[in-house]
This record gives sequence, C-alpha cells and structure tokens, in this order.
Amino acid sequence: MPAISFQSVSKAYAAPRGPKGATFLALDDVSFDIEEGEFFGLLGPNGAGKTTLISILAGLTRAGQGRVTVLGHDVQADYAQARRLLGVVPQELVFDPFFNVREALRIQSGYFGVKNNDAWIDELLESLGLADKAHANMRQLSGGMKRRVLVAQALVHKPPVIVLDEPTAGVDVELRQTLWQFIARLNREGHTVLLTTHYLEEAEALCGRIAMLKTGKVVALERTSELLKAASSHVLRLKIDGELPPDLAAQARVTGRIVQFPAHDAREIESYLGAVREAGVIVDDVEISKADLEDVFLDVMSSTNASGGSKTAEGA
Amino acid sequence: MKENQQTEGHRGTGLAGPLVSSPLGGGFASGWQTLFYKEVLRFWKVSFQTVAAPVLTAVLYLLIFGHVLENHVKVYDRISYTAFLIPGLVMMSLLQNAFANSSSSLIQSKIMGNLVFLLLTPLSHWNWFFAYVGSSVVRGLVVGSGVFLVTVWFTDLSVAAPLWAVAFAVMGAALLGSLGLIAGLWAEKFDQLAAFQNFVIMPMTFLSGVFYSIHSLPDFWQGVSHLNPFFYMIDGFRYGFFGVSDVSPWLSLGIVSVALLGVGGLAVHLLRTGYKIRG
Repeated sequence: MPAISFQSVSKAYAAPRGPKGATFLALDDVSFDIEEGEFFGLLGPNGAGKTTLISILAGLTRAGQGRVTVLGHDVQADYAQARRLLGVVPQELVFDPFFNVREALRIQSGYFGVKNNDAWIDELLESLGLADKAHANMRQLSGGMKRRVLVAQALVHKPPVIVLDEPTAGVDVELRQTLWQFIARLNREGHTVLLTTHYLEEAEALCGRIAMLKTGKVVALERTSELLKAASSHVLRLKIDGELPPDLAAQARVTGRIVQFPAHDAREIESYLGAVREAGVIVDDVEISKADLEDVFLDVMSSTNASGGSKTAEGA
Repeated sequence: MKENQQTEGHRGTGLAGPLVSSPLGGGFASGWQTLFYKEVLRFWKVSFQTVAAPVLTAVLYLLIFGHVLENHVKVYDRISYTAFLIPGLVMMSLLQNAFANSSSSLIQSKIMGNLVFLLLTPLSHWNWFFAYVGSSVVRGLVVGSGVFLVTVWFTDLSVAAPLWAVAFAVMGAALLGSLGLIAGLWAEKFDQLAAFQNFVIMPMTFLSGVFYSIHSLPDFWQGVSHLNPFFYMIDGFRYGFFGVSDVSPWLSLGIVSVALLGVGGLAVHLLRTGYKIRG
C-alpha cells in the first residue's frame, strides 16, 4: 500500500483576471504514488501547484476531481484517520502568540489525542535545538526558531508520513543541518517523507525519487539517479566578455556573464567552444562540470510547455 | 465517539497511556477537550482584558444608571431599580463576552494564519463546535459571575428560582458562543467582526430590556421587543431572581431553545462545509 497516493487530482481556481467565471487549472490530472519509507521530492517553480497538491493532501483544500489517500485512507471520506497518519510542516511561518513552546507542542499533541507525550516532546526539543526555548513565548523567538517549532508541531504525534513544504526557506545553515539530520533519522526509522524545496542540492542529497511539477502537471517522475543520468552528463560553463549571438544564446542558460551549455560528450563541448570562438566572443574562464539536479530541473522546465509533459514523465 | 476510539488505536506511536487529570500535567482526554482547554487558557491568559474589563464596565453602568434612575423608575412592585438592573447587567456582560470569545479567537487565528494547526488535526466539526461554544460558555459564566459578585453588594438581591437563572445563563452563553462562531467564520478582517458586534449584537442587547421593563414601552416597541431573542434570555434570567418576568419563563425557554438549535445548527453546518476556512 502506498504511503501517499494521488489519483487523477485536478483543482481549478477562479482566475484573478479575465472574464467573470473564468478559471485556471492549478493541478491538471496529477497521479503518482509515494511508497512507504521513501524520501520523495516534489519540485517545481513558483505557481507550479506544489502547495496546492500538499494542501489537498493535508485537507486544507478540496480537490476538484480525483482522490488522495494516506496509507489507504481517503483524505476526504476518512479524513480523521488520514490526518492522524500525516504530519505537515506548513510553508508559512505561523505561530500562536498566546503560548510558549512547550504549551504549543502539548496542545498540538492533544489535538491528535496523544496523551502523556512529554518524553517525545523533550526529544523533539532536544533534537531540534529548542531545549532552552521550551518556556519562551512564541513571540520571543527568531524566525529560524519559529521554523523549528513548526517542524516539532508537525512531528509531535509521531506521524508515519511527514510532509515538509519548503521547511528550510530563509533559515540558516545550522538549522538546515540539524533539521536534515533529524528528518533523515526519522526516514531511516521508517517514516515516509515528502519534501518540497527550492534548494535543489537538498533534494539531490536527500530524495530517492523526485517528481517535477510545471503549471499543474507532472513533467518528470523518476528516481533521482535516473533523472541525473537522463539529463546531459556535463555542463560547459563559460565566463564571457560580450554578447552571444541569439541562436547560440537560445541553447544556453545565461546568468549575467556566466553562460552554461548542457553537453553529452566531448564533441558537443568542442562544438560549443568553436561556435563561441567563431562569434568573436572573448572567453575569460572555462569550466566543465558534471550535471546536477539544478541542471536537470532547468532542462526539464525549459523542454516542457504548459500543455504537455516531458519524456521523463510517467504515470501522470 | 468514533474518532476517539481510533485515537486509542493509533498504530505505530506507542503513545497511548492513562488519562492525566490536569492538562498541564502532560495529557488530555481527547482532541476536543484539548481545544476546549486551549480556548479557556487563551482568554484566561489575558483575563485583565477579557474578564476584569467587562466587570468594571458593568459596575460603571450600575453606578451611573442606578444613581440617576433609582428614585425615578419603579419596575414590578417591591423591586428597586438597582435590583432590577443587576440581573440585566449580568446577562448582558455574559452574552457579549460569550460572543467575543469564539468570534475573536477564530478571526485572530484566521488572520495570523495559526488556524492551520487546527485544520491539520483529525478534529471533526462537532469537536470544533463543542470546544468553541463550551469555552464561550465558560467565559460568559466567569464574566457574569464576576459582575454578579461585584454588583450584588449594592442592594438587597435574592435569587427566587436559581435553576431558571442557571438555565438561561448557560443557554444564552451557548447561543451567543454559536453566533460568535458564525461571525468569526464569516469575517475576513477585524472591521467586519467589529461591524457585526456594534451593529447587531450591541443594539440587540441594549434593546432587550437590560435597563428597563418592556412594559414601560409604547405598544409598538413592546411588539418589536418581542421579536428580539435577547429579550427572552434576559427576561427569563431575571425570572430566576425575582420570580416575576415580562413574559412566561416557559415561553422564553422555548424561544431561546429554538434560537439555540437554529444558530447552533447553522454553525455546525458552516464548520462541516469548511466555510471560508478550507479551500
């Protein structure tokens, strides 16, 4: 039984612009499963539908069509059991100003009917570096500390399935390390993890499998290693002085003076270098590196359009 | 309740244990009791604002109106104006604070975004309803008792039928707690909630006979007063003190019961459908 199953999930919202009654499709027939014990990454640019998909999973939003289950429990028809099995770290940095950290955790634990939970709460506080903040009011905490409390609140009822919606957005390196060590430990102990993040190096390091969303559609769904293999194996990075001709620029990712060409072999690299030389562009620096998930992500996003998936999409 | 049975059987956590009597001791009996406790704790943590302030306001009303009208207004035979006024002020404070509890808690949670902590839980719409309305009843009764304890020293006041007084106090607080739930769900900003409070709750409370017997009004306004459910709550509550009232306490009980069922039913329906809280 999959830990999470999305089955033909679609969701339309009223369009913010355009004629009255117009809608836009935030999710378009999204289907994939996440198996028990997986560390799964959900990637996509802003507005791709990641948070909508997670909101439907968490019961914060209803799907227009389709079905979502958590360990076999439908998130609408059997919401109580589905939510007990799920721990969600929301993207927004929210807190209840009336309570201190320990009170907030005890209350969240109580909502799930979990009693006498102080031993686990103490472990969470310790593991997330919050032990000395247990009696601090939520208002007194820094942004990073509030983010840690959000993680602790999501885990306080020991859910077998953990959903992290951009948990490291805007937090320092120390928290990221602490958090990932702790989440990786939970994953080793059998918890399923669904992660959305904009830090692609995190997804590459942690996730065994990855789905990429673009404009509400799944455009890639593969094991991380397969995604990396399927993409161009190398990246030619040039630091140039001048402008590339348009036909050459169209084949590259240009960030200021840095130009990156995806390349599969030495001949392709040579041909790019030759084209740049022919164009009379001065090259200040050359670097050839292995492609990483960021390159794969950019490849997939640029090679797909709003109406269709890429070659790597499966089951969507 | 099915949900609570499922909680006991939650697999994998190994966290089920004996019920701890004090919530602060580390455990709660069930999800809705936690929410109820949290809502009571919320207003208690700011009790200077949520309890002491309305008690002071009621005392000021008593001092001003009692002093000005004591020798000019006679309500029912043998009952001084100050004695007549006290149950009205108790009930008015009780109703307004029961409304404020659920409505302000919900709107604050919505605007600050922390309602998500509740939306992610397995709590059912009934759990939400009983926890929010239950805590509103507690706040209403705490404020009402506070007003009574402070004002009772100003005159001789007996309680002729305490069960009637308790029944109307609890039902009135539950009705306004339910109404507060509806307003809190409906309002998207503090302005809208303030409008509901100032243009609906406040006029209906003030025009319900808190400060006067409706028998002192012209026929037309007496008729209008009979359309105001707040009138029956206050009149029935006052019957508990004096054994006399403008209308039969049974009629008041019937009307308040129907209003509670209607408003409570609407609140439960809105919670069930996730009105303005689930997309």
